[in-house]
Amino acid sequence: MTTPLLETRKLNVRFGGVHATRDIDFTLAEAELRCVIGPNGAGKSTFFKLLTGQVKPTSGEILFRGRDITAMQPHEPGRFGIGIKTQVPSLFNGLSVWENVWLAARRVSTPMQTERVTREVLERVGMLSHREAITGLLAHGERQWVELAVVIAADPPLILLDEPAAGMSDAEVARTAELILEINRRHALVVVEHDMSFIRRIAKKVTVLHQGAIIREDTPECIMGDPFIKQIYLGKKPH
Amino acid sequence: MTPANENRTIPVPDALARFSRSWKSAALALAVGMIMLLVLPRVLDDFSLVQATVYAVMAILALSLGFVWGFGGILCFGQSAFFGLGAYAYAIAVTNMGDSTVPFVLAIVVPAAFAAVLGYLIFYGRLSDVYMGVITLTVTLILFNLINSTAGPEWKIGNAPLGGFNGIPNIAPLNTPGNVDDVIGPRGLFELSLGALLGVYLLLRLLLACKVGRVIVASKENEQRLLLLGYDSRLYKLFTFVLGAAIAGLSGCLFANWGAFTSPTVFGLAQSAQIIIWVIVGGLGTLVGPVIGCVAIQWLTTQIGTQQTINSNLVLGAILVVFVLMVPKGIVPTVGGLGVKLLGAARRKPEVSGDKRGVAQDDHHNATRKEAT
Amino acid sequence: MDLAAIILIQVLYAIASLFVISSGLAVIFGMMKVINLAHGEFMMLGAYAAIEAMRFGVNLWVAILVVAPLAVAVIGVVLERVFIRRLYGRMIDTMLATWGLSLLLIGVVTSMAGNTTAGISAPLGNFAIGAYSVSSYTLVIIAVAVVLGFALRWVLLHTSLGLIARGTMQNPQMADALGIAPGRVYSATFAVGAALSGLAGALLAPMTGVVPTMGGAFIAKAFITVIGGGPAIVAGLVSSSVLFGAINQIATFASTPVFGEVALLVGAIVMLRLLPRGITGRFFRGAL
Repeated sequence: MTTPLLETRKLNVRFGGVHATRDIDFTLAEAELRCVIGPNGAGKSTFFKLLTGQVKPTSGEILFRGRDITAMQPHEPGRFGIGIKTQVPSLFNGLSVWENVWLAARRVSTPMQTERVTREVLERVGMLSHREAITGLLAHGERQWVELAVVIAADPPLILLDEPAAGMSDAEVARTAELILEINRRHALVVVEHDMSFIRRIAKKVTVLHQGAIIREDTPECIMGDPFIKQIYLGKKPH
Repeated sequence: MTPANENRTIPVPDALARFSRSWKSAALALAVGMIMLLVLPRVLDDFSLVQATVYAVMAILALSLGFVWGFGGILCFGQSAFFGLGAYAYAIAVTNMGDSTVPFVLAIVVPAAFAAVLGYLIFYGRLSDVYMGVITLTVTLILFNLINSTAGPEWKIGNAPLGGFNGIPNIAPLNTPGNVDDVIGPRGLFELSLGALLGVYLLLRLLLACKVGRVIVASKENEQRLLLLGYDSRLYKLFTFVLGAAIAGLSGCLFANWGAFTSPTVFGLAQSAQIIIWVIVGGLGTLVGPVIGCVAIQWLTTQIGTQQTINSNLVLGAILVVFVLMVPKGIVPTVGGLGVKLLGAARRKPEVSGDKRGVAQDDHHNATRKEAT
Repeated sequence: MDLAAIILIQVLYAIASLFVISSGLAVIFGMMKVINLAHGEFMMLGAYAAIEAMRFGVNLWVAILVVAPLAVAVIGVVLERVFIRRLYGRMIDTMLATWGLSLLLIGVVTSMAGNTTAGISAPLGNFAIGAYSVSSYTLVIIAVAVVLGFALRWVLLHTSLGLIARGTMQNPQMADALGIAPGRVYSATFAVGAALSGLAGALLAPMTGVVPTMGGAFIAKAFITVIGGGPAIVAGLVSSSVLFGAINQIATFASTPVFGEVALLVGAIVMLRLLPRGITGRFFRGAL
């Protein structure tokens, strides 16, 4: 039984009176791609923030390759090999695209390697032509791709993406899905998403959250066909 | 196939931004500085040379805050604390030791050590900008009060009385290491000060071009993203803060040499305000800006000081308010921007073909990608 | 026993004066998130206003309690409309601009009044406790602080003015939609804060000298107290003044006033390390 890449055990978070995360046991294998879905208020964002260390759990553990990372400092997930893309795009807006990726790569590579890695990564996401561009002035979709490049530049075994397709046109969504599948060839991914069509393109296994707990983990087809899940998304059916 | 908008041009930095980040601007600044270093001692009389020296010394102080604030994003309202510590450390040490070599080093190390402790408390406590500003301001005020109250003869470190509000007079000047009698004269002090200014400028430009410098700048851009990348921003901020303090200490040491005197006003609110004004007026986010702002304001205050009608606080305050409200970028970027616009208007044709080149490259890349897909 | 009473009064006085000094800043920073580095100069203007009023024969109490706050309130409104208003939301720029204002005000007053120390002699004389004598005026300041605390709380919680102010600060667009002009509320709030600063300056004038640069002594303490207090205005101010006033006074007793200041700063840094959002960021949450 190999050690899972990422594991949470009985993860709980309470904010005042709200039990935002209930007893979550989550497991992810190396190079696995998992989508996490759920209606509004299901606790997706909270769960994501628990994984990134932005929120500390009230109880429970988070393990990365068997190592307890529950009480992480903000810079430690990146150091351990977890690449993170938050819901609100977070880039160095005043710096060029090249510089953004360069900084990400430079932490783990020598200066010579960094030049090569930066070029390759930008090529992969299709933003090499924009390498001199000031990141903050790019279009929204382009910035999301730059952020993907930034996230993969240090070659992390685990990548956490919070709504990577948000605000994108259909063509851009298709491209992003391609990218994610390509990234999945060598990296594990946890993708928190709303967009069901996007999930259908990329997911083999989906975790459904409802009121802070995992209610179902299955393939996208089974999830879509489940009437209970349809109901929690759409609200109570009238009698 | 990329769905990127092919009709939009790629938003790249303008010519001024590209110039200021390249080695060319550094070379230009250093060249100008070297010329001044060689020419001025031959051209100016001793009195003017002494005046120029204090401009150079204060410019080093301006650089220190320009770096810490403009590039590190650290809002230090008490940079004068490190300046004063440098001056006092040198004065006290040279009075006790005679030879000036160790005192010179102490003038740099003592403020740096103090900054290390203060910086640790602030950055590792993850306190916000606002607290940073207020705490650093308070520290310099407290140092002022502390030193000001040490007038009695019982207040001394070794042989050196602290002097309280009277200050420490007759500070021995720097001497050639090992030879106490070979002291520096006005011309030597000028060359040392301007040389130090150029040296610090070069050091900072080099730092900003390498990994550490780029992380420091990124930390100011978006600390959250920097942390997510795995960099411990606290460490980099601490380094920036300490380096800034060391540079300010160097300036303090040279200042003590320049006047052969130091008093608690080096820690004062007025001094702190002046440094901030130099940086804002000159241009926050540049290195050359604070230097120019410093010289300009220093010159202005000297002029005001010679007459009695207008109060200098009034003028400085008005300048600060006007600049914050109306010229927020400062002189250098604004003038530079205007210069670029004028140059651009005068050389229209070459610019247009340059753009075309850029667009053509984009098309080439799109074409390549199409083929790959 | 007498010594204990004296020490108690001095500590209470330290707390009360810190409260009074910081109240104006608490209103302006706490409600408007404006960092007013000219706060010390507002106090200075209040002190000078009181002195000038007294020169014109106005009664001391009226000068301190009425003229000073009113005068500085008017100046505050003017400054808010002309300068501060343009910088809302830009915290760092506000700090810089108000620092410029502070220099400007010092310059103006120095030009008008000169550099010499003016003063008001402390009224009401002293009273004796055993072998020690205490200025009765310190009791006045303690009393004013208490009244001020209750008045602030009452206005914020129980008057429509307070409610409107709190609502506008939390959501100016909504207030605008409800027919309340946010601009007017900002001006009024800034005026109240300025008035409180002016009052503090005039009130403390008999205890300290009055000189154009007197503001510098107060600005640091006031800021530490306000920031250390946390988001709740009155509760924060009270808890913070108690904590830092006591630290300051006890350290002063143990050594010199300068070390009292050092103790206050060190205490503030330590406290901010432990409670980064101030006292009421953690305790007394939800209080006002």
